[in-house]
Amino acid sequence: MIKAVLSDDLPRSPVLSLALLVILAVLALAPFLFGGAQAINTAAKVCVFIVLVASYDLLLGYTGIVSFAHTMFYGLGGYGVGLALYGWGATWGAALAGLAIALAAGIVLAFLIGLFSLRVRAIFFAMVTLAVASAFAILAAQLSELTGGEDGRSFSVPPLLRPGFTLLELPALGVTVTGRTLTYYMVFLSALVLFLAALRIVNSPFGRVLQAIRENDFRTEALGYRTVYYRTAANCLAAAMAVLAGALNALWLRYTGPDTTLSFAIMLDILLMVVIGGMGTMYGAVIGASLFIVAQNYLQKLMGTAAKAAQGVPLLPDLLHPDRWLLWLGVLFVLSVYFFPAGIVGRLRQRRT
Amino acid sequence: MAEALLALSGVHTHIGQYHILQGVDFEVPRGAMTVLLGRNGAGKTTTLRTIMGLWKPSAGRIVFDGRDIGGLPTPDIARAGIAYVPETMGVFADLSVRENMVLAAQSGAPDAARLDWIFGLFPALRRFWTHPAGVLSGGQKQMLSIARAIVEPRRLILVDEPTKGIAPAIVDNMIRAFEELKRAETTVLLVEQNFRFAQALGDHAVVMDDGRVVHRESMAELARDTATQTRLLGLSLQAHG
Amino acid sequence: MADAPPIAAPEPVPLVRADYLPVLLVPALALAALPLIGSPTTWVTLTIAALAMGMMIFVISSGLTLVFGLMDVLNFGHGAFIAVGAYLAMSTLLPFAGWLQADSLALNLAALGLAVLAAMVGTGLLGWAFERVIIMPVYGQHLKQILITTGGLIVAEQLIHVLWGSDQKPMALPTALRGAVTIGPVAVEKFRLLAVGVGLLVLLAMLVVLNRTKLGLLIRAGVENGEMVEALGYRIRRLFVAVFVAGSALAGLGGTLWALYRETLTAGIGGEVIVLVFIVIIIGGLGSVGGCFLGSILVAQMANYTGYLAPKVALASNILLMVLVLMWRPQGLYPVAKR
Repeated sequence: MIKAVLSDDLPRSPVLSLALLVILAVLALAPFLFGGAQAINTAAKVCVFIVLVASYDLLLGYTGIVSFAHTMFYGLGGYGVGLALYGWGATWGAALAGLAIALAAGIVLAFLIGLFSLRVRAIFFAMVTLAVASAFAILAAQLSELTGGEDGRSFSVPPLLRPGFTLLELPALGVTVTGRTLTYYMVFLSALVLFLAALRIVNSPFGRVLQAIRENDFRTEALGYRTVYYRTAANCLAAAMAVLAGALNALWLRYTGPDTTLSFAIMLDILLMVVIGGMGTMYGAVIGASLFIVAQNYLQKLMGTAAKAAQGVPLLPDLLHPDRWLLWLGVLFVLSVYFFPAGIVGRLRQRRT
Repeated sequence: MAEALLALSGVHTHIGQYHILQGVDFEVPRGAMTVLLGRNGAGKTTTLRTIMGLWKPSAGRIVFDGRDIGGLPTPDIARAGIAYVPETMGVFADLSVRENMVLAAQSGAPDAARLDWIFGLFPALRRFWTHPAGVLSGGQKQMLSIARAIVEPRRLILVDEPTKGIAPAIVDNMIRAFEELKRAETTVLLVEQNFRFAQALGDHAVVMDDGRVVHRESMAELARDTATQTRLLGLSLQAHG
Repeated sequence: MADAPPIAAPEPVPLVRADYLPVLLVPALALAALPLIGSPTTWVTLTIAALAMGMMIFVISSGLTLVFGLMDVLNFGHGAFIAVGAYLAMSTLLPFAGWLQADSLALNLAALGLAVLAAMVGTGLLGWAFERVIIMPVYGQHLKQILITTGGLIVAEQLIHVLWGSDQKPMALPTALRGAVTIGPVAVEKFRLLAVGVGLLVLLAMLVVLNRTKLGLLIRAGVENGEMVEALGYRIRRLFVAVFVAGSALAGLGGTLWALYRETLTAGIGGEVIVLVFIVIIIGGLGSVGGCFLGSILVAQMANYTGYLAPKVALASNILLMVLVLMWRPQGLYPVAKR
């Protein structure tokens, strides 16, 4: 049964299976395990990013496409739902309408970008996606009447999801199930379903063609597969997933804005997560996202302490400054591309044999 | 027999996962023209590219004038005295004919007397001297490609199918050019499908099939032996050229 | 150099018609903007600003496009060289603040010259290291190249934070270059004139090297067919490194000019301009210096005109420009003959 759920794509490594189970358990029980807001925020963020990074792995790891426009779709989802709830009232209808519009826009955009640039070389495509995403980000920040500009938009969610809404109290566990809890489980369950769906996609015949294209697109074309269509389809699927991730994120934060969704920093974060976690494995997204976000929230404190301890030594405090954690991640990223292109998941799987 | 200028023994070449050359053995005697014959896909071009270092041999030895050149980088092989006229001609279309020749002259500027001799063989090059090589016709580009290989004396010239798609009048030009080269005792390894051309110029014949050498003979004898020609090359002297 | 005397041709020699059509885009765009802008003096100011900006972008992009044409390598970390160059220049100018503030063009230029020298040498060295460590191991693997150069960009930008701090630095213009000169009814900023001058110098130098030296010959041939260049006996790898270093140094020069133009400096300065740089080299044709020059001016024009008319869509308008150009010529304005 597990095999069917995982589409026959098992972790294939005891350490990995254990890690995944732990992550799953922690995420599933987060509202009951953690009291503090930061912890549950971290958990929700991990859920969202697992979806976002998995969708990026579909593009990069499975089809071999480097796109810098992924955050654009993430932002579309966030803005679609957020602006709808802001402008049309805090109802489920508004949220779904906003989501539908965002999905449609995202898929059309992905389609156009795909058709336009996927005929050409990878480098060309990467540059074009970077340009388009930058323009989109600037537009979102500039059209302030619509989007709230640089500051973004805060909005209310449907009553069921509000923190003030209490579903039931469980004094035995010391927890109150509020709208926040419900929102969390909506995010968690959606993320789980989307992840399993992605697993199903990459293990289907369609997914296998994508991998063939990644290995040798000339050969795949020669075998009769129109690679442009497959690449465009992969682009659209990945974009749709990213839109959904953005929508979930917006519902959790009850806020949408350019810094939380469209910045190039987030694009780089996604790249780091997918490469360090393991390209072309899907599980790499889970490991990468979990590791990265937990580290981002908690490692920085560690670095801060270390920096203070290193006062007086030239340069070291600057290198260890918590804001510089991206430096170390960047180094890890470069080393990963060289030495472990299969990422953590790949390494773990190798050790088994 | 004169010591061979170039000797290949047991040369294997893999391109990706494809095992193209599967143990090539032959020698190229000094001062003569050896012709590499064979069907399409036999591995002739790959052999030339392997000698030139554009593909690295995965096994075997390539000895040029007593020196093992297998695995050396291409520029070093070129500087050792081997010139290459590829099937695609490799002419730099954006550069003028003059600039193409300047590049080919390793020791600086082309020698004036030598240039005059080349112009005598290929008059079109003088006409288009300052024009971009891209405006040359196919046959003229081929002449330029050969001219680059002979702008300075070279010990060995590798030529890959120079007559492919070239008008017969220009082919005659080329035959004259190669005859003069032979008079100057230049060693040439020629890949050719045009048997008339090969037979007119070649001294030795090496026939390849499926990545191996299957037959070696003097050209004179092979020209007489129509049965072997048909068997190995799928053609006979009457049918082609 | 043995030159053959031209002999009367028995048959007509085909004339190579120089492809000047794309060049007409520049005046066309300028003229199209005139009625929209209205005031002729504003138009002149904007157009000159566009020329200045275009030159700076050209200086930054020319190395990138040449490296791509020659090595098939696109360095996504190019933005780091822009930033590092600007910071090196700024640091070099600190002890010479006196020269900068003096009302003497000679001293000002001397200080700037030193700063530019430091920037170019520094980024040249950084480029050399970058090529060895980051790029060489992944020749021919485009996917890894994109990833690794992006990683290099992250690390380089973070190191700038470490070495120079994260705050915004002022980059003061030297005294003699502040303000504008009036030519008739139009005021032209002095620094913009300098930028145009520098840009033209760089263009001239590149054209001379490419067309009159053996090195340039090798580069032009290498862009077309690197394999054949090797078969003629040249070590093309050394050529790669030389062009990469030169391209990095030029990025440093461009970054310095850009920082002076903006009069402030942050670590993200590379990111600001890199998107425009990419658009430029795509429009111009990857590998073409002439196309890069033309593309730079067009993009700068677009940025300046729309920056005045409809600032919110400035970058989007350049993307539209890119799409239109590619619809006309899918390989860019001046595609380079490829292998």
